[in-house]
Amino acid sequence: MAHSTDLDLVNIVKRFGSHAAVNDVSFSVAPGEFFSILGPSGCGKTTLMRMIAGFEHPTSGDIRIRGRSMIGVPANKRPVNMVFQSLALFPMMSVGENVAYGLICRGVSRAEAAERASRMLERVGLKGFGERRVTALSGGQRQRVAIARCLVLEPTLVLLDEPLGALDLKLREHMKIELKQLQATFNTTFAYITHDQSEALVMSDRIAVMNQGRFEQVGSPRELYHDPATPFVASFVGEANKWRGEATSAAGGSIAVRLPTGAVIQGQGTVADKETLAFVRPEAIALAQDSSALSGLPNRFEGRVSAVLFDGANSSLLIDADGFEQPIRAVLPQAGPLAGIRVGAPVHVGWTANAMKVFAA
Amino acid sequence: MSMKSAPRLTLYLLLAPAILWLGLLIVLPHVEILILSFSERVAPRVYAFGFGNYLEFFTEPLYWRTFARTAIMSILVTALTLVLAFPIALYIARVARGRAKAMLLLLCLLPFWVSELVRTLGWMMLLRETGVISYVLRAVGLADQPVELLYNDGAVILGLVYGGLLFMIVPLANALESLEQAVVEAGFDLGGSRWTVLRRIVIPHAMPGIVAGSIIVFMLTVGNFATPVLLGGKNGLWFTEQIYAQFITRFNWPQGAAFGMLLLLLSSAIVWAGLRLTGQSLGTTLKQA
Repeated sequence: MAHSTDLDLVNIVKRFGSHAAVNDVSFSVAPGEFFSILGPSGCGKTTLMRMIAGFEHPTSGDIRIRGRSMIGVPANKRPVNMVFQSLALFPMMSVGENVAYGLICRGVSRAEAAERASRMLERVGLKGFGERRVTALSGGQRQRVAIARCLVLEPTLVLLDEPLGALDLKLREHMKIELKQLQATFNTTFAYITHDQSEALVMSDRIAVMNQGRFEQVGSPRELYHDPATPFVASFVGEANKWRGEATSAAGGSIAVRLPTGAVIQGQGTVADKETLAFVRPEAIALAQDSSALSGLPNRFEGRVSAVLFDGANSSLLIDADGFEQPIRAVLPQAGPLAGIRVGAPVHVGWTANAMKVFAA
Repeated sequence: MSMKSAPRLTLYLLLAPAILWLGLLIVLPHVEILILSFSERVAPRVYAFGFGNYLEFFTEPLYWRTFARTAIMSILVTALTLVLAFPIALYIARVARGRAKAMLLLLCLLPFWVSELVRTLGWMMLLRETGVISYVLRAVGLADQPVELLYNDGAVILGLVYGGLLFMIVPLANALESLEQAVVEAGFDLGGSRWTVLRRIVIPHAMPGIVAGSIIVFMLTVGNFATPVLLGGKNGLWFTEQIYAQFITRFNWPQGAAFGMLLLLLSSAIVWAGLRLTGQSLGTTLKQA
């Protein structure tokens, strides 16, 4: 019988002594979904993943795979396979033996296991690599062997524990796309954990942002980016200007924040407290040479460029503006009249009230 | 002296003790023994070149039987030591942490602070007819008269295994320690049982350590003298006793030299066979030891 979810975690708590590494986490993953858990190191995401794999046992709560509780089921009996951070390929076996290992454990005959392993290697683009030693492979190839070794078992769920961490930048960018494509081709449910927001944003259907053992927010990459639910999500996912101030007036979702310097900025949010945090994305900051171009915006300031941080498509400007203690970060325009802007040039900045999210501090 | 030859001279000076040690204490005596083994006594104090000493070995059943017995029992002792040491090494390398690990290794080392002779005498006190075990067996009513546990093959094997254990545990624990925890977890994650993980991942990984430990224990056992003599008594029949007898009791040095060469050949051949059988090279094995 088909089940509407592949994985359900129900009120999972894991304590190490008095410290709660995972604190009351619940979520579900739909079949075929690419689900990521994003969080800083030490937030409990690895513990969560190890509980799903069966290497740790929850203090309380339930883990269900296709509706069947996994409590008390050992790691080698769960329909879950894991791609380890270090990949953990078996160095004493050839590539083909690595992939066939799981099948042989299930009692598949050696000949059939070898046959299925070589077919799986072909599907991940490693045709004819079966006889090689795993130590003779490149980083990307090792990655694919680690995934092939899981996928050949046709698991309900594949867990991936920051498998791209050890790769260099270029290969990592490439593997992000490749992983996503592999997941789509095999239509297997992936649960991916990472501290790299770009990996999570690029590959995932849904992301859970985790902090100090709890989920801060679960949503699509766009929701997290454009509509963060908590100040942690706003600052952890993507770049943002962050200001601390006092709420002065709030009405119908819009709110005015007075900064310590006395400047007042307009944003969106419902805040009961006086102490607030305001976030604006660098790309939401409009730049202009004269103030008339920004006349429609509720937040308008005048400043000077203090630094140009050139990084190709991710280039940004730091602008010292009146009323702000820290420079405002904005995206460097790559075309138009401001494309060649230099340090010291005067510039006007502005943003809409919608672009600024205000939270209680 | 030129600038270039100075480091070269330093190198030679540094190597000198090792070269002297190897040359004077190992190579020279062996060459001497080799030559000695080919000299036959034709008349009192008259010696001639010949293979008589080696022929004597093959024609006298006591000699080659003792030789074969020593080889087989040494292999048995090595295997037993491996079986006993593996779980201990596995525990030390993969379960014990920090202080407990250091304590356990120290515990293995502790008996070696006492001389081999004293340790063997300790076993004699336990095993002899009037010894501790015999006394306990009688006290609890499991035996109605004194039990002699000494002077049999079991006692010899027990003593030799005990003496070899440490030399097996250390290289094994070293080899097992270098196995990445994630690799073991991956073995379980992909559906392996404990037995499968042990057989297909842990043991192949530990192979250099297994071979290194086995070579050391085998060598120590084959060449042991005190343990078989003391624990085996007249039934010890260890080949080293034959060598001792030729050199010391019978004063037949050429015969003793021939036996010595045969023992060297035997241990070399068995080590070579062991390496071939397990597909290990001497280089990787020595690194592990």
